[in-house]
Amino acid sequence: MLVVLARRLANVVPTLLAVIALVFLLFSVLPGSFISGMGDDGRTTIDPQVMERMRAEMGLDDPLPTRFGKYVTHLAVGDLGTSFRTREPVTKLIGARVWPSLKLVFAAMTFAICVGVTLGFFAALKPGSLVDTISMVAAISGLSLSQFWFGLMLMYLFALKLQWLPSFGYGDGGLSHIILPAVALGVGPMALLARTTRAAVLDVLNADFVRTARSKGMSERLVVKWHVLRNALVLVITIVGLQFGSLMGAAVVVEKLFSWPGVGSLMVDSVFQRDMPAVQGCILMIVVFFLAINTLVDIAYVVIDPRIRYQ
Amino acid sequence: MRLKGGTSLWVGGGLVGLAIAVAVTAPLIQLTDPVMDANLMNAEIPPGLEFPFGTDIQGRDIYSRVVHGARISLTVGIVSQVCNSLIGVTLGLTAGYWGGLWDDLVSGLTNLMLAIPSLVFALAIMAILGPGLVSLLIALGLTSWSYSCRIARAQVLSLKSQGYIQAARILGYGDLRIMFTQVLPNILGPLIVIATLGMGAAILAEASLSFLGLGIRPPYPSWGSMLSEARDQINTAPWLSVFPGLAIFFTVLGLNLLGDGLRDILDPQSQTRRA
Repeated sequence: MLVVLARRLANVVPTLLAVIALVFLLFSVLPGSFISGMGDDGRTTIDPQVMERMRAEMGLDDPLPTRFGKYVTHLAVGDLGTSFRTREPVTKLIGARVWPSLKLVFAAMTFAICVGVTLGFFAALKPGSLVDTISMVAAISGLSLSQFWFGLMLMYLFALKLQWLPSFGYGDGGLSHIILPAVALGVGPMALLARTTRAAVLDVLNADFVRTARSKGMSERLVVKWHVLRNALVLVITIVGLQFGSLMGAAVVVEKLFSWPGVGSLMVDSVFQRDMPAVQGCILMIVVFFLAINTLVDIAYVVIDPRIRYQ
Repeated sequence: MRLKGGTSLWVGGGLVGLAIAVAVTAPLIQLTDPVMDANLMNAEIPPGLEFPFGTDIQGRDIYSRVVHGARISLTVGIVSQVCNSLIGVTLGLTAGYWGGLWDDLVSGLTNLMLAIPSLVFALAIMAILGPGLVSLLIALGLTSWSYSCRIARAQVLSLKSQGYIQAARILGYGDLRIMFTQVLPNILGPLIVIATLGMGAAILAEASLSFLGLGIRPPYPSWGSMLSEARDQINTAPWLSVFPGLAIFFTVLGLNLLGDGLRDILDPQSQTRRA
């Protein structure tokens, strides 16, 4: 177990460093800074002297390697810089948004797993049946939906017409506010999980050890419970891990649609305000979370599938 | 998971064909000019005989705007996937064929790309380049080549030791000639499938970015930017949201079905490993 964890970390750390470098370069090399942007909208004029002073204060005139060095040393002690707009530490801005984001992403994944795995599982037990056809049509449709449009339609139906649920906002953080955004966000992974689970279960149902189990007289219920589910789970977990990435991408849009106070909506707002330290911080936050999830997935493999442990 | 046999191929092909036909003939089948023909006298008319999809708050015909939106969506889908495929295939082929340090470098880069959710990456690029079609093409064309790269690399590794590749080498073919004339045609199937599915993903990404106001900006009729404008009127004029959304849905559904159908034909080994 420790070996797996160590090997995994040996992969994660260079990736993380590379992401930090990439994000830094992206935002430094390309033209346009917060300050030059301030004059661009034509509504504000800034005294060039003030502009100079601000550039110097924010260290925007230092040579690139110096700035990168500073950035990394600050990162190492958990300092993501100071927001250009609010003059607050970026960590503070993001800190306030992490919990709502995590709640939304996990709620969406829970929905996706519960519905997707169930659909795929029952579809695979009776291939070609009505259940199978309906699940598969639902799955391919779910994959083709744009999540924010689906969210908009849910909002119209359940919040505005039926008035069952609040239309947007975080509210008191209770269940009623999270249902619509979570379903909108979860529909994509749900569809993919339904397809994956079906394929995985079908694969396992044809495996030799399942035939053996059946031929020695094991009841179908036990075969499914002991052999099929457990083996199909490995593939399902892989997909869950990978889907967290696209889920967090889509969360940016869904958070914005539902005015959800998460990291994604902070990122979009910061983009419009050209508050680059905040944007950088949000991206890093999302990447760190994604890498952490995938590390957990790797550990989960080892727990579920002893074959991987002995390799 | 899928519709049976050729059904998904035909339904998908039909939907994609329809989208392409609409995009190509947009100026001919439009009812009014999608950008210029605003008329406040016609504001927010529900779908009916005169305006099949209704009109928006400025009195523009939604049908004509949806029809023109197909041009933007398909352009973004096709161009960005061509870029992604070119980058991914070139890197994957050379990495798999040459191996060594170059392979390590490419693999590292691929892992890096996979670590950043592609929509987040595209959003960052849009933030830097500013809104517009060209920025969109760059942002989406550079951020999701990792799948085709991985597939190309894996396929080359398994083909490298085949007799006909050895033969080509003995005949004195250069490395690049072998890669592009001997290896590439044999791995085209899975790559076409990836590109088809990727096109759907790119169209969804364009819609998302335009919805956020970072892609195509109003008044130009992209499906995403139309939805962005429609959001505020969802209660009084829901048709503004319904039709662009359905257009995205059916186009992407078509591409996904087509991809599934093509996979059955072009990539027979995937029958067992398909998710």
